[in-house]
Amino acid sequence: MSVATLHRAPISRDLARFVTDVGSVGPVRVVGGRTSWDVGRRAIADARDVKAPDTVIDVLSDELIVRCGAGTPVTDLDAALSSARLQCPLDPIDAMRSTVGGVLSVGRSGVRRLRHGNVRDLLLEAQYVSADGTLRRAGAPVVKNVTGFDICRLLVGSIGTIAAIGEVVLRCQPAPDVRTWFVAEGIDPWLLRRTLFRPSSILWDGMHTYVHLEGSAAEVHAERAVFPRANWTETDRPAMSNGRAVLSLDEQRAIRTSQDASILGDRFLVEIGVGVVHGWDRPLTPPAAEVLAMNRQVKDAFDPTGRMNPGVLPW
Amino acid sequence: MMHGTAEQALVDDLRRALEPSRVLSGSFEKTLYAKDASALDPSSPGVVCLPKTAAEVQACVRIAIAHGRTIVPRGSGTGLAGGAVPLDEAVVIVTTKMNRVIEVDVDERIAWVEPGVLNLDLSKAVAQHGLHYAPDPSSQQTCSIGGNVGTNAGGPHCLAHGVTSAHIYEVEVVTPTGELVTLGGTAAETSGYDIRGLIVGSEGTMGIVTKVAVRLMPNPPAIRTLLADFETIREASAAVSDVIASGTLPAALEMMDANCIKAVENWAKAGLPLDAGAVLLIEIEGVPEGIEPSVAEIRDRCMRNGARTVRVASSVEERALLWKARKSAFGAIANLAPDYYLHDAVVPRTRLVEVMDRVLEISQRYELTVLNVFHAGDGNLHPLLVFDGREPGVLEKVHRAGTEILEACVAVGGMLSGEHGIGLEKRDYMPLVFTDAELVHQAIVRSMFDRDGRWNPQKVLPSGARCGEIRRVPEGAWI
Repeated sequence: MSVATLHRAPISRDLARFVTDVGSVGPVRVVGGRTSWDVGRRAIADARDVKAPDTVIDVLSDELIVRCGAGTPVTDLDAALSSARLQCPLDPIDAMRSTVGGVLSVGRSGVRRLRHGNVRDLLLEAQYVSADGTLRRAGAPVVKNVTGFDICRLLVGSIGTIAAIGEVVLRCQPAPDVRTWFVAEGIDPWLLRRTLFRPSSILWDGMHTYVHLEGSAAEVHAERAVFPRANWTETDRPAMSNGRAVLSLDEQRAIRTSQDASILGDRFLVEIGVGVVHGWDRPLTPPAAEVLAMNRQVKDAFDPTGRMNPGVLPW
Repeated sequence: MMHGTAEQALVDDLRRALEPSRVLSGSFEKTLYAKDASALDPSSPGVVCLPKTAAEVQACVRIAIAHGRTIVPRGSGTGLAGGAVPLDEAVVIVTTKMNRVIEVDVDERIAWVEPGVLNLDLSKAVAQHGLHYAPDPSSQQTCSIGGNVGTNAGGPHCLAHGVTSAHIYEVEVVTPTGELVTLGGTAAETSGYDIRGLIVGSEGTMGIVTKVAVRLMPNPPAIRTLLADFETIREASAAVSDVIASGTLPAALEMMDANCIKAVENWAKAGLPLDAGAVLLIEIEGVPEGIEPSVAEIRDRCMRNGARTVRVASSVEERALLWKARKSAFGAIANLAPDYYLHDAVVPRTRLVEVMDRVLEISQRYELTVLNVFHAGDGNLHPLLVFDGREPGVLEKVHRAGTEILEACVAVGGMLSGEHGIGLEKRDYMPLVFTDAELVHQAIVRSMFDRDGRWNPQKVLPSGARCGEIRRVPEGAWI
């Protein structure tokens, strides 16, 4: 090759400090907003706590991407994007406390997944510190990229157990002119899903159906116009009770009436078309033995000494 | 070279596991699987297997392992980076006979398909329900879902909807050791690492997919397809950035340059302006009441950047014709010259103007004809150098020009491949975009499940060997 110079964004002082903090020896864990601190936790383990850089570095509205430190509070990211008329639908329950890196590491998608897809697909690039203390890059600041193996997907949901994410580039979208929740009583939420083209979210508590629409005023008005006949009113996003469960596909198929949903308890709120239930606690189904073995191979390959977020495993 | 007795023992074992007619060992039969749609030299497979079930795939894998052979998974063979070229007399496992749409859940918008189902056939199968499968490579009439998973394929409409990975819920895979596992899931979240996401785009190095659960999307209630023509590529490129920044994200945003327009219009008769320097094909989806303001906004952005006209397709037939012209562009170049060299680099969209300037400058300096037909909205370029390989010294010029084009893309923060994959063709360019430490991590990922390096060897990562040689335009290739 005649050119060997790699094109990279300059490493910020904060990121360099993070690399030093993570280091190459000793148990270490990246602390975000501690909003999902117990996810994947198997044991109490001593580890050095480190924090990732926490500022928005660059909002590129004509690229529809943003670069920020992984420790950036989601509310800061949202504010920076909003002023550039962009959005990135991370949508954690507690945006004030949650950090970007925390949301990605836990890998739970937000309540607008029905329209915007999974949080794992928002990550375009990650600068991460591997277990040997080296700063590496996965992905790139481009919206489409199949150059090499997709380590970004592996990092999302890994709860910091294979590497420490320091800085990320996320895919954004134009911010909608209008974002509105509506609620009505006694509406079949599955009928609503079949009727609407691209709702952001449909939530159902067994009695009330909530729907979130976004887009231009004309688009939202048009979607609103095809709602099944009922007394719809605008509302805030409904409160999410503690507890979270993920329904299997068979369970989703089996629940079509309030009576069917009685197994979800008294205060559930289910994401229609997604199957996440808020207000009902149940751990995820563990992987099959062969898949568990592959998970262990991943962990061992990336973190052979087990120093990354000890006591936590994502399965 | 495999010893005849050992080869025969391998074939005998495979023919005990599969119907003998689905184990191909004759030299002519094997020639059909010697290469993919890339312009690389063919390489003879050791033996070709055509399993019909996951159990048969497992049997093929276990037999290949027992005989110490390498394995190359293959879909329809439409790949453009040499990912399915079988090196080392590999056992090639072809999934084309696993071509059933197993189940469609209309309410949950999920389809379970075998890997050999053709991309377009899937959308046809669910069209009656008002659904479609969004990733739409230009080869969608002939490429398979399994191959799409292998390369994390793209397509024009991935601008709004994301590439293949975003549309794959679950994959059933025969692992490098012959186990049958299911990765990911149809539940919203599953425990463990996203190994599903790693398998997608792994180019056959981590096993072979035997079943896929895909996300289906509702057909948009309204679609508008715009054709904007410009005097120069530069103006069209500037318009792309402006459209992306407009606040209205099109479903697709494609560019064809003058050379491509001429090649395509000659037979497609789509009404493309033959005097244009470039055209943009832009598609907008939405609800009818909301779509016209978006059309107006995008039309305005195009005009502001020098568009001479912006035409909106007035019928389903006109829209289909425009897309036929776009998706058949690669086939049309076969009329221009017997040989070609294609890249698939992706660049930041705001750098399109300067990168396209560089592509033009490089091709002119090397006195080569270049055609550009690409996913402009994603910044995913397809500079296509066409030439006659019989001309003395031309191959060297093409190689050097191609390398300079890649370097120009990388220099502005781009990457080597947006959708075709690395395969054999681009693996030796990987040091342009990865540090040594990152390549080590890539190698670790590759060997996690395949410690013997048995699966699709010499692909994706540089191994010190030369890239394959570029050759003639294959029949039936698409970009």
